Amino acid sequence: MAGLVANTELLRKLLVGFVRDEVRKVGVSKVVLGLSGGIDSALVVFIAAEALGPENVHAICMPYKTSNPESEAHARLVATACGVNFSVVPITAMVDAYFDMFPDADNMRRGNKMARERMTILFDHSALLRALVLGTSNKTELLLGYGTLYGDMASALNPIGDIYKSQVWQLSATMGIPAEVIEKQPSADLWAGQTDEEELGFSYRLVDELLYRMVDQRLTKAELVADGFDGEFVDNIYAKVKNSHFKRRLPIIAKVSNRTIDRDFRYARDWGK
Amino acid sequence: MDFTAVLAQIKPKLGCVADNLAAIEGQIIKAREAKADLIVFPELALSGYFLKDLVPEVALRIDSPEILHLIELSRGISITIGFVEESDDYHFFNSALYLEDGIIRHLHRKVYLPTYGLFDEQRYLAHGESFRAFDTKFGRFGMLICEDMWHLSASYILAMDGATTLICLSSSPARGIDGDSLGSAAAWQKLTSTTAMFLNCRVLYSNRVGFEDGVNFWGGSEYIAPSGVSVVRGALLEEDFITARVDEGALRRERIFSPMIRDENLFVTMQELQRIANERGR
Repeated sequence: MAGLVANTELLRKLLVGFVRDEVRKVGVSKVVLGLSGGIDSALVVFIAAEALGPENVHAICMPYKTSNPESEAHARLVATACGVNFSVVPITAMVDAYFDMFPDADNMRRGNKMARERMTILFDHSALLRALVLGTSNKTELLLGYGTLYGDMASALNPIGDIYKSQVWQLSATMGIPAEVIEKQPSADLWAGQTDEEELGFSYRLVDELLYRMVDQRLTKAELVADGFDGEFVDNIYAKVKNSHFKRRLPIIAKVSNRTIDRDFRYARDWGK
Repeated sequence: MDFTAVLAQIKPKLGCVADNLAAIEGQIIKAREAKADLIVFPELALSGYFLKDLVPEVALRIDSPEILHLIELSRGISITIGFVEESDDYHFFNSALYLEDGIIRHLHRKVYLPTYGLFDEQRYLAHGESFRAFDTKFGRFGMLICEDMWHLSASYILAMDGATTLICLSSSPARGIDGDSLGSAAAWQKLTSTTAMFLNCRVLYSNRVGFEDGVNFWGGSEYIAPSGVSVVRGALLEEDFITARVDEGALRRERIFSPMIRDENLFVTMQELQRIANERGR
């Protein structure tokens, strides 16, 4: 699909420019982000290093005791490859202290808690380092709602939120990201052997082809089916996008005045910048 | 006559009129020192683009101290600039001024306010109701503000009104990353070149750069000769100061080679448009 094939040179320039401009205009020179060992955060850290200089980028790896040890090794490899500051802050003690009180919690609750624990560490480092938190959610996960609200979805700026996973792979291949990080199976790394595609039940390549046509090109279901997509798959993905929409919006506010925030009190976030 | 135009590809700060005015004055001084005759700023250069509820806060009357200051500066160099205009009856327009020799030669109010996709102008702004050519020291000009140019009739009316130079002030957002070049830039380049060619007019296109809430304005300000050929083009995505030497002879030669505008039948056009309007009204 032509639309999913990015002009990587142009895309790189846009995303690097975005980080440079949107960070500096608020009077800050540094950023902080979580580095998981996966490709999304690897791409964002490379973009940030190019935009601001590696000395202004702080990457934090935040493993839990069940995280694959390979993830931390890959995070370290990525940080070394782009020369950014790197530290490791394990989250096992905090997460376990909490779940000692709720030993019956399932994987979803545990995974969400871990994502939110990491978020609090990043925002604490934001204050510590006077650095903005960069988000690392791509357009595929944002549309599918495959992320934790106020966890990995929380950030000040997200350079890759408008590019699909397929485009993340393309851009990463041109930016010098270590091959082992690009080639491995995407995983939320909440438990051993977990992979995104197994958990989701479809491949990123396939769902990106569908999302691109459904969201960007606004094809109807009939047109999607005519293009060869399974009707049930189309319905399933449409439902995922719809049912996760709350994650992509601010909390809704009960309107009682004439000017309600974000409804009839409307300003750009870059107001005065 | 031959003249030198500067396309000031700047990065306005959103909602900061005083800061933007200071930066604009700096560019005017620089252009004057470079012996330019005309400087063209982008759409909403004094205020930034995604203003939303800031519109009434950044709006200026044409007799405001800021505009009077710019009018004064036009004694040294002709100036085209975009801003939010507040009228006597408290309407707010996305407007452009052409200032020359200490007077306002022309005020254009954007007619076509895009309200689709990422655009929301009609919610906040009133629309203009005319396209008029006007005389300057450098010949007869017409002004368009961004979306205006996507309506063929706008450029056509200005050309029929005798304009031989079209100035387009723009705040065009970058989008489309799947082609050889940026999608919105490629579309605009096709438009400005084709417009110049069809109407045997020069086009001076001034587009801003910088980001507002993640939206990147792509720059690429450009002088297109009446043949449709791009003579000089500014940097993509970066601030720039583009100097265009505008050659009167090229306009004359083009109008001799391709006299489409001479042969344009205004009577037929008017008659058919009137018929269409009548039929639509039934």
